[in-house]
Amino acid sequence: MKYTKEHEWLRVEGDLVVVGITEHAATQLGDVVFVELPETETMVAEGDEVCVIESVKAASDILAPLDGEIVEVNTKLVDKPALVNEDPMGDAWFFKMKIDDLAALDDYMDEDEYADFIG
Amino acid sequence: MTDQNTVGLKKLALHDLHVALGGKMVPFAGYEMPVQYPAGVMAEHQHTRRAAGLFDVSHMGQVILRPKGDMAALVAAFESLMPVDVAGLAEGRQRYGLFTNETGGILDDLMFANRGDHLFVVVNAACKEADVAHMQKHLSAVAEVRHITDRALLALQGPGAEEALAAWVPGVAEMRFMDVRVFDTLFGPMWVSRSGYTGEDGFEISVPEAGAADFARTLLGSPGVMPIGLGARDSLRLEAGLCLYGHDIDTGTTPVEAGLTWAIQKSRRAGGVRAGGFPGAERILHELAEGPERLRVGLLPQTRAPMREGTPLFAPDGTPLGEVTSGGFGPSVQAPVAMGYVAASHAAPGTALEGEVRGKRLPVTVTPLPFQPTTYKR
Repeated sequence: MKYTKEHEWLRVEGDLVVVGITEHAATQLGDVVFVELPETETMVAEGDEVCVIESVKAASDILAPLDGEIVEVNTKLVDKPALVNEDPMGDAWFFKMKIDDLAALDDYMDEDEYADFIG
Repeated sequence: MTDQNTVGLKKLALHDLHVALGGKMVPFAGYEMPVQYPAGVMAEHQHTRRAAGLFDVSHMGQVILRPKGDMAALVAAFESLMPVDVAGLAEGRQRYGLFTNETGGILDDLMFANRGDHLFVVVNAACKEADVAHMQKHLSAVAEVRHITDRALLALQGPGAEEALAAWVPGVAEMRFMDVRVFDTLFGPMWVSRSGYTGEDGFEISVPEAGAADFARTLLGSPGVMPIGLGARDSLRLEAGLCLYGHDIDTGTTPVEAGLTWAIQKSRRAGGVRAGGFPGAERILHELAEGPERLRVGLLPQTRAPMREGTPLFAPDGTPLGEVTSGGFGPSVQAPVAMGYVAASHAAPGTALEGEVRGKRLPVTVTPLPFQPTTYKR
């Protein structure tokens, strides 16, 4: 598992990368009440705003961690946004991406580095 | 995540208690305030509607207006600042008021109470210095304007509020909505009103700072009482359809546009015994007679996407109509809720509009306020 400074986790699943937000991020956001997912078969660039996630108080974005194609989205989150708080590291993944080169993941933090990052 | 910058912010008398309770402190109106506790906004909101929530609202301004001579002269002078009936307010009662400016805009909204030989006023935190100066300017000939800075202000709200407070201050059980009473208590002299900002039955309690922490801890030790932060305070008042100054009302909105005509009693309207005679009377009386050009309305987004403050509103044909002034998710309604201003032609409940969220026009319906029925003890 890899982690971004935007508090996303990235998990390799075959030739795909699964993206979600960390437990820490879910706690900071508070109760999630709305999730907007990207369209599948969309090409995205690193840093693009691809999802919107709203808590009772505020809206935030999830950014594409890498260049690639969105190939699958977790539609369960649309009907049950609270899943993001209940199981952020598991069932509440947001989307799966196909990327050209999995080596690009090496630039991101591992678990220990992320733990240091959030203090 | 980094801590919010708290340099130059004032601390509440109960600051240490908030921190000990795990409150997440954020800057608000010049103070470090708890936006939520570990339970979170959703749970705090729902707990308040189900049991009882304790809010620290000590950032708000507490002001005593004590007549230099005749109480009637103070009442008349205070009434000249608002389109509201002050003279008709009985002793031991509180009323909602609005300071207006010469163009009919709202300088602040407030609560004032008739305490027999003086008036007690509670104003918004962000406006309190300006309000005190405003009152000094217009009232000092007839009254001493005293800004009270050595008292905390707590709100205990929800169906369990009466039982929790009456255990320590039994007299509160006899009060009804908008009554005010003074009690001698273990925690010092308490100024209690049966009112609040959640739509629930409850109390606002002014208590000397010296006794405030003990009092707050005592209430929090009562069954069913939980500390509630600013986040849930906002979602509770939004569901109750109550205005937030600086967002839903300000110097650019009139009381009539804001749908606050219930706060303008007959005596101050055209044909009333003390009609007019307040700042902005010409415009406000005109709008009362002819109707305003725009109105504050309740808005129910028809998708799950919340419509936040600033969301532009349109007619289905694309005509711009106004914008959302408060919006978010209503934890009791279990759906997004909002309010905002729209052209009067499109303000009738049931009118289908569109709100633009992240570039997309989404359906939203004008709806009566409040979203959540109030449970005041009348």
